[in-house]
Amino acid sequence: MSQIQETHGDVSSLVDAAAEADASSRKLSIWERLLQDKSVVIGGSIMAFMVLLSIMAPLLGTMDPSEIDPTYRNKTPGFEKVWTDEDDKEQSWAFRMGTDTLGRDTYSRVIYGTQVSLIVGITVAALSISLGLVIGMFAGYIRWLDGLVMRVMDGLMAIPGILLAIALVSLSSAGLDTVILAITIPEVPRVVRLVRSIVLSIREEPYVEAAISTGTRLHLILYRHVLPNTVAPLIVQGTYIVASAILVEAILSFLGAGIPPEIPTWGNIMAEGRVLFRIFPHNILFPGIFLAITVLAVNMLGDGLRDTLDPRLEKRT
Amino acid sequence: MSAENSEEPVLQVRGLSVELPKGTDRTYAVEEISYEVRPREIVCLVGESGSGKSVSAFSVMGLLPEGQLTAVAGEVLLQGENILEASEERLRALRCTRMSMIFQEPMTALNPVMTCGDQIDEVLDYHTDMGQAERRAKILDIMEQVRLPDPEKMIDAYPHQLSGGQRQRIMIAMALVLDPVLLIADEPTTALDVTTQAQILKLIKELQTDHGTGVLFITHDFGVVAEIADRVAVMQWGRIVEFGTREDVLSRPREAYTQMLISSVPSMTPRKRGGVTDAKPVLRTRDLNMVYGSSGFLRRDRKVHAAKDVSIEVRRGETLGVVGESGSGKSTVARCIARLIDPTSGEIFIDDDDIARLGVGKLRSHRRRTQIIFQDPYRSLNPRRRIGDSIIEGPTNYGTSVAEAFERARELMALVNLDPNSLDRYPHQFSGGQRQRICIARALAMEPELLIADEAVSALDVSVQAQVLELLDDIREKLDLAMLFITHDLRVAAQVCDRLAVMSKGEVVEYGPAGEIFNNPQHEYTRELFAAAPGRDWEFGKFVA
Repeated sequence: MSQIQETHGDVSSLVDAAAEADASSRKLSIWERLLQDKSVVIGGSIMAFMVLLSIMAPLLGTMDPSEIDPTYRNKTPGFEKVWTDEDDKEQSWAFRMGTDTLGRDTYSRVIYGTQVSLIVGITVAALSISLGLVIGMFAGYIRWLDGLVMRVMDGLMAIPGILLAIALVSLSSAGLDTVILAITIPEVPRVVRLVRSIVLSIREEPYVEAAISTGTRLHLILYRHVLPNTVAPLIVQGTYIVASAILVEAILSFLGAGIPPEIPTWGNIMAEGRVLFRIFPHNILFPGIFLAITVLAVNMLGDGLRDTLDPRLEKRT
Repeated sequence: MSAENSEEPVLQVRGLSVELPKGTDRTYAVEEISYEVRPREIVCLVGESGSGKSVSAFSVMGLLPEGQLTAVAGEVLLQGENILEASEERLRALRCTRMSMIFQEPMTALNPVMTCGDQIDEVLDYHTDMGQAERRAKILDIMEQVRLPDPEKMIDAYPHQLSGGQRQRIMIAMALVLDPVLLIADEPTTALDVTTQAQILKLIKELQTDHGTGVLFITHDFGVVAEIADRVAVMQWGRIVEFGTREDVLSRPREAYTQMLISSVPSMTPRKRGGVTDAKPVLRTRDLNMVYGSSGFLRRDRKVHAAKDVSIEVRRGETLGVVGESGSGKSTVARCIARLIDPTSGEIFIDDDDIARLGVGKLRSHRRRTQIIFQDPYRSLNPRRRIGDSIIEGPTNYGTSVAEAFERARELMALVNLDPNSLDRYPHQFSGGQRQRICIARALAMEPELLIADEAVSALDVSVQAQVLELLDDIREKLDLAMLFITHDLRVAAQVCDRLAVMSKGEVVEYGPAGEIFNNPQHEYTRELFAAAPGRDWEFGKFVA
């Protein structure tokens, strides 16, 4: 349309009008658009709540999550422990989510478990995205490197992620860092593939070729013209990685190949509750609910972010 | 053929209005348009992009996207029957039997996993009760009629095994197999090379005469209009501004808009120019070769000789046009010269420096001497960067201070007739023609000696095209630049080129002053190319003072 108008009207006034019209729609910034998306708002709020829970864990009426009390084993949710302290005062403590086979308070364990899950999820996402971004950029832009890197990535992808994680954990000692590393490695190839495919399509864009012919150096081309195109897809991919990392950590812990049992994680709690699941389902139920809600929230956040940020769905002028 | 016949029109569109979704820049996609198509007549709907040509065709076929575009007023009468009120069932029955449509891109319009025969058969199977043998005979017959070579073989071929022209023939065969009274052709030759286009236009015209079909032909190309139209409807912003016989509309346009459009069509007669100079060549290539090929581990060897022994030169202040059809290697040559790809062999001299073999580091100091402008104005600018930043990127790469580069950018904006104060805007705030001006400004910021325009005006509407061409020519003269102008459009080449290199299959088949080549083409391919240019015999007048 405007191409035709250009021939008739005064060019500069047209541009001004377009700019003004645009200014109002442009000012509806990314933040405002994100706030209009329901799944972003809901997913984001739940995630914020979870983060708050994990930070405030000691203040939320919890006790030491690894304190063993053999007299109160396998209590159902709501059971009240009553005892007299040194000053002959009667004290009571309600096990809001019951206790496990060692008499530990499930509520405290689940709340503290949030910390581990979020740390694992976010660290894995950050690590695999930064690694994948660097490897993917170079694989996509430097032709001779491409074949080499991608075959290695194919090799990594051929091994089932959980199996690889189990192998890595069993090779070294079990611990938070090992688990994070073990979950990160199988995630990297997926990020590399994504970044590489974006780079491959962007490098053919005329504006990149124009940058080459105006003598822009390689690192500036990557930084100015290629990198910004990867941000939106990577944020989206990042949220999916958070969700899957939280799940994988739980699975690894459940299988006994993850974080040592004395550290409370949702997977560990469920693993220990497995034996008596029929009689005392609460040890699986509560961490399970937390896990499900968190993963759902992260995925909703991811979907919402994709809808708002992904340029393929963005209206083009 | 005379447009005057008294038969009942096959298609009558009366006062049709189609509403656009809320929040778009205008209320109606088409507004109160009326036209008619009689039997044995070709009516061309012509207009620039966004004028509503395709929407009016889609509403005739009952193919408007549901929920987005709705016909709110008027009627579309196909042999007296109102299409707008027809049920989905009735429309299905009418399509192909009474009205058919062919599309711009035959590769996407055909199903890639069905043989061509099966796709035509689908039409027959659905609409007739012919037996299998009878249907096959009919398919072979229609394939014969659309001049497909060896129908017995073609019937089992998949779309990707055919050339673009052959695919379009299959589309036409499919459309005409049941003898519809109305054929709608939506830019059917736009994606085709000019020689193929000429054949397809001829075919449509012949078939239409033989079958007595009325044709509604949508195009943006006035050459095509001059070639085949009986009557012409000119559209602008969803309205028909002028409707009349070809002679009336093209030679005696009444409306200012039509006059402006027709005046913008470049003439096939080469413009008299300053003459070929003896200035020193800025660019010389000697035996430039480019072989694309992938050979390697687990891959089959495939080699394509995209440029063969290309030797051309461009002098200061002169424009060399490189013309040819798609796949002739003209863009490959341009990209080799701009060193966006590495030539396989040969020499490229910019002044006296051979840059064909320079490595990345040494090449960098020569980069600024050659600048290139691309075809697609929508992809040539980084959408995330302000245009000012795009323009100053080059100069700052070579050490110019940002402030100085901005000062220069403002001058350049004025030079390309844009507002210097709009440097802090983003590309999407500009139209296609304006963006192309920005790209020109970006190239000029490097103060190049050689400017390469790779189909730089091909994506633009004809009126905008005329302006950008004028600007390019102006700048070449003002700055005494050497320009390498790549185009497939002979009309454009006739207007801006001093010399011409005609390329075919990677080779330069004819090379010389543009005037001589246009008036007296020597090589057979050149003659073929010129003969195929649509509307070559039609002299488009200049109406605007």
